[in-house]
Formats: sequence, structure tokens, C-alpha cells
Amino acid sequence: MLEIYGERFTSRLLLGTAQYPSPASLKQAVESSFAEIVTVSLRRESARMRAGQGFWELIEQLGVRVLPNTAGCRTVKEAVATAEMARELFGTPWIKLEVIANDDTLQPELFGLVEAAATLVGEGFKVLPYTTEDLSAAEKLAGAGCTVLMPWASPIGSARGLVNRDGLKTLRAYFPDTTLIIDAGIGAPSQAAEAMELGYDAVLLNTAVAKAGNPVKMAQAFARAIEAGRLGFEAGLTPPRDMASPSTPVAGTPFFKIDRVS
Amino acid sequence: MQILVNGEPMATNARTLAELCATLGLAQAKIATAVNGCFVASAKRELTNLSPKDEVEIVAPRQGG
Repeated sequence: MLEIYGERFTSRLLLGTAQYPSPASLKQAVESSFAEIVTVSLRRESARMRAGQGFWELIEQLGVRVLPNTAGCRTVKEAVATAEMARELFGTPWIKLEVIANDDTLQPELFGLVEAAATLVGEGFKVLPYTTEDLSAAEKLAGAGCTVLMPWASPIGSARGLVNRDGLKTLRAYFPDTTLIIDAGIGAPSQAAEAMELGYDAVLLNTAVAKAGNPVKMAQAFARAIEAGRLGFEAGLTPPRDMASPSTPVAGTPFFKIDRVS
Repeated sequence: MQILVNGEPMATNARTLAELCATLGLAQAKIATAVNGCFVASAKRELTNLSPKDEVEIVAPRQGG
């Protein structure tokens, strides 16, 4: 089972709630994928529109755990204040901590991320940092008290999949007991399965489902791919090799002649 | 006095953050607040006096990835 700060979950798919064509499709995507955790954010509330109030009613109907993010924050101060607002608003110490370096790559600003994580852990938060596959950053985050790390696969919304497969594999090897969740850049169910086959504990995605032609079907596809990848990892994958190896027994092959063996 | 609310200039007579939220019809809404970049818990809104040029953030749940 997936373990996040001592809590256990059956589903290894964490689903974002943004960019769906309609509230109904969001609801159906979450329900049909059996996701137990969804990510949410907080944004300025207009006294006239009150958009947040209706959205919250929808999330409450889903009956799932929410993981608030600090999306868009560029400084430690912004991220910490946003996390504090999120804790009160959503009633959870969980925070998907994002400190963003620049708009083109939306890559984590790792120095600020470590500082913000340490501050928030000190305030009692359960921090899930959006990071890269960088080992030294991961060590600093773990040292700050993060027992969950969320490395990107590739830039947010890029759908490029695992661009540094070897780096992610090394991170998994270095942190065998840390919950590692791939966060960002997954575009296809096969990419999610690949991450799970590497031994990652879960996948967090949003755009690939929400912007699909049929978000509900895509949510189901990802749920199955993630489950398949996990089963494959647990079963133990056959290591690749350069040359062929016959699966059918060679002994007793009809018409076999020893002088035809190359 | 003139303050900034969610990045927009606003003239208000509200003396406290709680009064401002009430003026905007958000007293009972699911919101969180910050003043000048620092979080203000809901229980402290009544005790948080506003001053000219204060920058107030009032946020609510929203879709996120």
C-alpha cells in the first residue's frame, strides 16, 4: 500500500483537479480512477464571483483526501504563507510544497525549497516537496524531515515522460525507504507504468487526464497502467540483455543438426 | 483609507481584517487571509487592525495540480 506520513492508501494515483472541461468530468475522472487523494490550490477569492465556494462543495462531495499545493510561489516567504493559509483552509497539515524557479521550465528552486521545507516541518506540516531527481537536494529535504519526496519526470504539463530515467532510478536506489512519488511531466499511461516499474510508490498527474479527449477514460487508463507497473515491479522484471535467448526449449528440437549451430 | 485587496486598490472604512471580510460578504465564506505577506488565522482577524497601504490577500479553495 502507498504510505504517506503514516497513513496508508490503496490507490497509487494522485490526481490533480485543474483544467477539466467541466466539474462533472472532474468528478467522474476521480471516481472512475478510484483516486483517494486529489491536489487542490488556493487562489484570490472575488467577493462577486465566489468561485472557490462552489469548487469546495464539489471536492467535499468526492469524499477524498486533499493535498493542497503552493503552486506559483517563487520565494520561501510566499510558499510558507501560502502553506499556512492552506492548512487552515483545508484542515490538513499536508502540503505539496512548490517553490518555482522560472516560468519556462517551472522547475523547482531547490535552495528555497529546502529552506521552506525546513521551516514548515518546524511548524508541524507534513511536507511533500515537488523536487527534481537531484540527490543532494533529496538528502537535504530528507534531512529537513520530509519522508515523502516528489521528483518531476519532466517539466509540468510537458507530457515528455521520464527524461532522466537513470537519475530517477538512482534516486530510488538511494532512498529505498522514502515514499517517492513522480510528480509532473507524465503524458501517457505507458510513462506512468514505466515510473512504477522503476519502483516508484505513486504517480501524481493532472494535465494528461484533464486535457485528454476523454478525461474519464484517460483517468481509468492511468489507474490501470499504474497498477500494472506496480505489479510488474513487485513481480521482478527480467533484466534486458543484448542477444536473444530462446524461450522454447532447445533440447529435442525436430530436425536438429549440430553442424547448423552458429 | 486606501488599501490593496487581492492586488486591487480599495477604499474602505473597515478597521479590522474581520470587518473587511464582512464588508465583502465573505465573513462566513471558506477563506484564508494574509496581511502584508503574513498569514492571519481566522481567529485573529478581529484583532488585526488595518492601516493605509496594507496589502490584504483573501483566498479560497481552487482547482490545482
